[in-house]
Amino acid sequence: MSKLQSFMGWVDARFPATKMWEEHLSKYYAPKNFNFWYFFGSLALLVLVIQIVTGIVLTMNYKPDANLAFASVEYIMRDVEWGWFIRYMHSTGASAFFIVVYLHMFRGLMYGSFRNPRELLWIFGVLIYLALMAEAFMGYLLPWGQMSYWGAQVIVNLFAAVPFVGEELSIWIRGDFVISDATLNRFFAFHVIALPLVLIALVVAHIIALHEVGSNNPDGIEIKKNKDENGIPKDGIPFHPYYSVKDIVGVIVFLMFFFAVVFFAPEMGGYFIEGPNFEPADPLKTPEHIAPVWYFTPFYAMLRAVPPMFGSQFPGVVVMGGAIVVMFFLPWLDRSPVKSVRYRGPLFKAALAIFAVSFIILGYLGVQPATPVLTLMAQIFTTIYFLFFFLMPWYTKIDSTKPVPERVTS
Amino acid sequence: MKKIIVTLLMMPLVAFAAGGGVHLDKADVDLDNKESMQRGAKLFVNYCLSCHSASYMRYNRMAEDLGLDEKQVQQNMMFVADFSKLEAGEPGKVGNLMKVALRTADAKQMFGTKVPDLTVVSRSRGADWLYTYLRTFYIDESRPFGMNNATFKDVGMPHVMWELEGLKKAVKETTKDADGNEHTVITGYESVVPGKMSAAEYDDAVRDLVNFMVYMGEPAQLVRYKWGVIVLIFLLILFVPAYALKKEYWKDVH
Repeated sequence: MSKLQSFMGWVDARFPATKMWEEHLSKYYAPKNFNFWYFFGSLALLVLVIQIVTGIVLTMNYKPDANLAFASVEYIMRDVEWGWFIRYMHSTGASAFFIVVYLHMFRGLMYGSFRNPRELLWIFGVLIYLALMAEAFMGYLLPWGQMSYWGAQVIVNLFAAVPFVGEELSIWIRGDFVISDATLNRFFAFHVIALPLVLIALVVAHIIALHEVGSNNPDGIEIKKNKDENGIPKDGIPFHPYYSVKDIVGVIVFLMFFFAVVFFAPEMGGYFIEGPNFEPADPLKTPEHIAPVWYFTPFYAMLRAVPPMFGSQFPGVVVMGGAIVVMFFLPWLDRSPVKSVRYRGPLFKAALAIFAVSFIILGYLGVQPATPVLTLMAQIFTTIYFLFFFLMPWYTKIDSTKPVPERVTS
Repeated sequence: MKKIIVTLLMMPLVAFAAGGGVHLDKADVDLDNKESMQRGAKLFVNYCLSCHSASYMRYNRMAEDLGLDEKQVQQNMMFVADFSKLEAGEPGKVGNLMKVALRTADAKQMFGTKVPDLTVVSRSRGADWLYTYLRTFYIDESRPFGMNNATFKDVGMPHVMWELEGLKKAVKETTKDADGNEHTVITGYESVVPGKMSAAEYDDAVRDLVNFMVYMGEPAQLVRYKWGVIVLIFLLILFVPAYALKKEYWKDVH
C-alpha cells in the first residue's frame, strides 16, 4: 500500500472522504447524452464561486456608510491594486449569474427536469432563484449611486402597498422612513452574510437532491431503469472524469464571454452598470426614469402592467409575486405522459416558445418608460406568462406525443 | 427550438435598442492621445477645478497616467490644496485628492445649487453629452449669469470658458404643430463677441477636455483593453488542450 493510500485509509476511517468523492463524482452516473444546455448548472456554480471570492476582496475596502460608500467604491476602482478588475468581475458576475440561471431554468422547462421524481430539486432551484434575486437587489444598493438608491426606494415601497401593515412593514425593512444609512448597513449585512449562507445551503440541497434522483437528460428518460449486471445505468457515465473534463471546456468558453465583458464592456451599454449610478445617491433628487437592472425587468413590467385598484398598488405586487410563486407548482401542472420537448406535441412546443418570447418582451418593456401602448403590451404578455402555467394541465393533457425510446439517443 | 435559443442569447442585445433623446455631437474621445489628455488636464485644473471637485482622483495618479512630472504637476496644476493643513506658500502633497475649497453652502448661495463632483461625470452623462454641453452656451439675459445652455436648460453654471469661445446668441425658429402649439427650437448660433479661439479651435479644446474627463472617469481604461486581449488569448490557448483532453476521454463513450 502506498503512502497516499494508507493516508486516505486513515482519513476514511474518520471522515467519509472517499465515499463522498465516489458518490458525487467518480461513481455518480450521469446520462451520456447531455447537450449544450447542460453546461449551465456547473457554470452557475462557477459564477457563485466568482461572486464569493471577489465579494470577499471587495468587502476589504468597501465602507457600508451613506457618507463613505460611493467614495469607497471609487477608491476600489482607482487606488486599490487591480480593484477595478475585482469590482468588474463582481458586477459582471451578477448579470452572468442571471443569464446562466435563466438558461439553466429554460433547460429544465424544455426537458421536463422539474417532473417526478425531481419536484424537490425544482423547488430548491426556485428557492435559489428567489434568494439570488434578494441577494442581487441588496447588493445593488451598496454602490450608493442614484439608481441604487431610487431602485431600492421603489422596491421597498412595494411592501408599503400591503394592506393594513404595509407602512409599518416598509419602515421596519428600511429601519427608517426613507432609504438611509440604516438601510445601507442592514442590506450590507444581508448581502455579505445572511443571503450567501442561505444561497450556499440551498445550492448544497439542490445538488444533494440531484444526486439522489439522478440527472435528467434531453430525452427525458430515466437511465436508472436500464442497469447492467453491476447495477450501473447502461446509458450512464461517471461524472468524473467524463463531465469534469467536458465542463472544463465549457468553463473556458464561458470565461471568454465573461472576460470579454469584464475587460471590454463592463457597463454593457448601461445594462450591467447603469449610467445614473455614477451619480452619488441624492434623497432630494428623483431621477427622471427609474429602471431596475435588466434581470428584474420582466417582473417590473408585470408590476406596472396592473393598474392600482381601490387606490392601492397591492394588486400589482401580488401579480409580481405570483409570477414567481406559480413556478413552485410547475411539477404538478404538467400532465403530459412524456418529459422532454423532443417527444411532445405542437401545443407544448408552441406554449414554451410563446412563454420564452413573452418573458423576453416583458424584460424589454421593463426598461422602457410606461406609455399607454407599452402598458397594454405589458398587460397582454403578463397574461400570456400566467396562461402558460394556468393552462398547462389542459394543453399538456390533450397534446399529442411521440413514442419515447427505451434508451437515450446520441 | 433554434429560434428560441437565438432569441434567448440575443436578449441583452435586444435591450440595447432602447434609448434615444436629444441630439448630441460625437466627442470622438481617444485615450491613446496623451497630448490631448494633457491639454485637457490643463483646461480642467484651470477652468473646472475651482468650483467643481474631482475628489476621487489623485494628482499623482493623473501625473503617472498622463506622463507628467510630479514636480511640474505640483507647481503648475495644484492651485487648490487642502489649505487647512498647510503653511502659507507650502505646496500641497502630490498624492492629494483633487478637492476644492468651495463649500456646499456657499455654492448653493452663488449658483442656486450644489456643484457636482466631476470625477465620474463622464460615466453618468457620457462623453458626447459633455462635448455638446460645453459648446452650447448662449446669451440669455433672463438668466442670473446672462447665459443659458441648449443641452442643459437653465443650468446654474456660468459659461466658464467664454474667454476662449467668445459669446454667441442662439438662432431660434418657432414652428406650430397640428394642434396649434408653438415649439421653439435652436437651429444655430451667431457669434456676438469673438473669443481667443476660432470655433474649430474651441471644439478641439473641448474635445481635449472631454478626453481628459473620460480618462478621469475610469483611469483603468488605459490598461483594461490591453489586459483583456492577453486574457482572451490565454483562454484561447487553454481551450486547445482542454478540448483535446475532453476528446480523448470521450473516445470510448458511444
